[in-house]
Amino acid sequence: MSAENIKVAYWPGCVSRGFTPELHGSMGLVAEKLGWELVELDRANCCGAGVIAEHNQELADTLNARTFALAQQTGLSMMNICSTCQGAQSECQQRLDADSAYRAHINEALSGQGLSYEKGEEGGWTNKNFLWLLVEDYGLDRLREQVVRPLSGLRVGPFYGCYIVRPKERLGYNHHPDRDVYLEKVIEALGGQVVEYDGARKCCGFPVITMARETSLRQAGTHVGDAIDAGADCLVTPCPLCHLNLDMQQPEAAKVVNRDLGLAVLHLPQLVGLALGAEPSELGMAKHIASTRWVEERLTAGAPA
Amino acid sequence: MADYTIKVRRFQPESDEGPYWEEFNVDLDPSLSVLDGLLQAKDRDDGSLAVRCSCRAAICGSCGMKINGQSGLGCKTQIGEAQEQADKMKAATGVSAAAADSPIRGEGADAGSAGNPIVIEPMGNMPVIKDLITDMESTHWTKIRRVTPWLLPHGEPPEREYIVEPESMIDITQSMACIQCGACVSSCLSMEADPGFIGPAALAKAYRFVGDPRDAETHERLHDLADDPHGIYDCTHCFSCIDACPKGVAPMDQIMRLRRKAGEEGIEDPNSGHDHEIAFVKIIEKKGTLDESLLLQESFAPGVKGKLKPSKRAIREMLGSIPTAIRGIKTGKMRSLHKLIPGVHPKLPDQDDVKAIYAHAEEHNEEFNLYIKGEEGELAEDDVEKGIERSTAPAGQEADK
Repeated sequence: MSAENIKVAYWPGCVSRGFTPELHGSMGLVAEKLGWELVELDRANCCGAGVIAEHNQELADTLNARTFALAQQTGLSMMNICSTCQGAQSECQQRLDADSAYRAHINEALSGQGLSYEKGEEGGWTNKNFLWLLVEDYGLDRLREQVVRPLSGLRVGPFYGCYIVRPKERLGYNHHPDRDVYLEKVIEALGGQVVEYDGARKCCGFPVITMARETSLRQAGTHVGDAIDAGADCLVTPCPLCHLNLDMQQPEAAKVVNRDLGLAVLHLPQLVGLALGAEPSELGMAKHIASTRWVEERLTAGAPA
Repeated sequence: MADYTIKVRRFQPESDEGPYWEEFNVDLDPSLSVLDGLLQAKDRDDGSLAVRCSCRAAICGSCGMKINGQSGLGCKTQIGEAQEQADKMKAATGVSAAAADSPIRGEGADAGSAGNPIVIEPMGNMPVIKDLITDMESTHWTKIRRVTPWLLPHGEPPEREYIVEPESMIDITQSMACIQCGACVSSCLSMEADPGFIGPAALAKAYRFVGDPRDAETHERLHDLADDPHGIYDCTHCFSCIDACPKGVAPMDQIMRLRRKAGEEGIEDPNSGHDHEIAFVKIIEKKGTLDESLLLQESFAPGVKGKLKPSKRAIREMLGSIPTAIRGIKTGKMRSLHKLIPGVHPKLPDQDDVKAIYAHAEEHNEEFNLYIKGEEGELAEDDVEKGIERSTAPAGQEADK
């Protein structure tokens, strides 16, 4: 764990500024409270979410090489706040890093813009989700010290998002084997209680919402229902696309699985923000579709002495 | 040698009882396999413990199972590693993997942070016949047959064998490595939600023939798989099959290649799969970041500006999304013009740079397959001296089954 302050090039992604604006806002607020400096990459482009790679792999690789190059221009490592960005960008980075001739070919397309992506040395330039950065670079001990409103009594179900847990080999699990239990560690560090349920590392269904609506909503509805049955007060996710299916589509998912749902789904920075003393309104929680009132009541009831 | 506790989900069809957990203590070297542990328990404790196996070397594909919730081969998973995984999950969640991945709760989930039982279950998405033996027919072989897994050449067969350039077969070597173990089917999260999904094993097999230069019905095959509501557009892109596959087939990658080929063939599907892909790609070309409302509209009614001709299904989907939009407006999530009106989304300041990237990539469209090409520096020097190029398939591949 480094004792230095965190300063990173920050790629917010598309959805955090689109249908989940509360995510971008709460990330900014939490960074301020943690003393992190975020250099926002406001000229960077969409990661392609796997869809552009499905269409034309070289196009996806070049688009993400551009984002990496923009980040490298700041002299900083990069942070994202979306599991899908993490997965889609790691996929492109893996191909770019594997072969210098391919990398040169991709960089040729960027040369006209004065950009170039350089492969980092082992442990050098990295692109990490907020979750990874929080645990690996900032450290859970420092996080614990910052907690002013422990989430005592709050029962939280983790929901990772596929792109940040699989495939393990691409996502650096050989160096960081615990990356698929970081959410549990963060929940505990914030004073909350981890709820174990079947869906934590499964798929929210979002990628096929326009193509196979029933398959998609059945996945979302099943996981939310399982978490409710396991006694969760809320879910927490580092992925805004998961949030769209688990929260925004929750009333529709309830129809498909034919049961009442109604479970708050928090973005990771919101959960951290609550423990750091931010108010639910500052964290945009009123923008959610599934009511977060129960979470707020729980926290007021368990306010620190 | 070390002691391990393996906790097996058992089922005896001849008894009237449902599935139950049973623990066995085994003693073997950490580098030996989970299958070795099971066979030791069968040998020493209970000969009725049922498990399928043959080669013990990850070639025959018989011993597919779930180990700590992860689908794979019993013979390819070291028992020492399985123990580490069981301990890690227990430490993080306070619950053993048994409770995490199964509706049945058993005894013995309260051990300390080390020495937790290694949880072994039969494969998922398949009926269980006995203990760890599943019925592969109903969900695996039936679906394999569904994709016509044989060559369909046209014209007179040649007098002797078909001759093809080796380079033209490289594209399908990855899908040929499949040993039909069913681990990917066991792990498939789309199939969990939609049992009708053709699934990862069968679709990877479909690519094996779609990519084969000798096959003459490529278009028909792609059309069939794109048309089916349980076909290539029913895959939820969860990567589970990639991590489950013991042979590096990466079935999900093959499904994405089927989608790409279907697009290249200009196949319009009733699932809006192709329209969604094209809409996404075009929006980023135009704006640089995602215009979500335009994506929704263009996925269902492409080319709205010129010729609006959405299908009945598209109209139903569009109408169906209205309640969601209204909820979003109410909470303030979508309360701005550029989120409500398709196309108002602002473009990036240097969008011309993004467009230049499109122009460059569309000239090439190179695919970089790590399975085939490997990573730099992977080959031993004497291989290089022998003139083995990186573009050849990796050593040790089995022939197609």
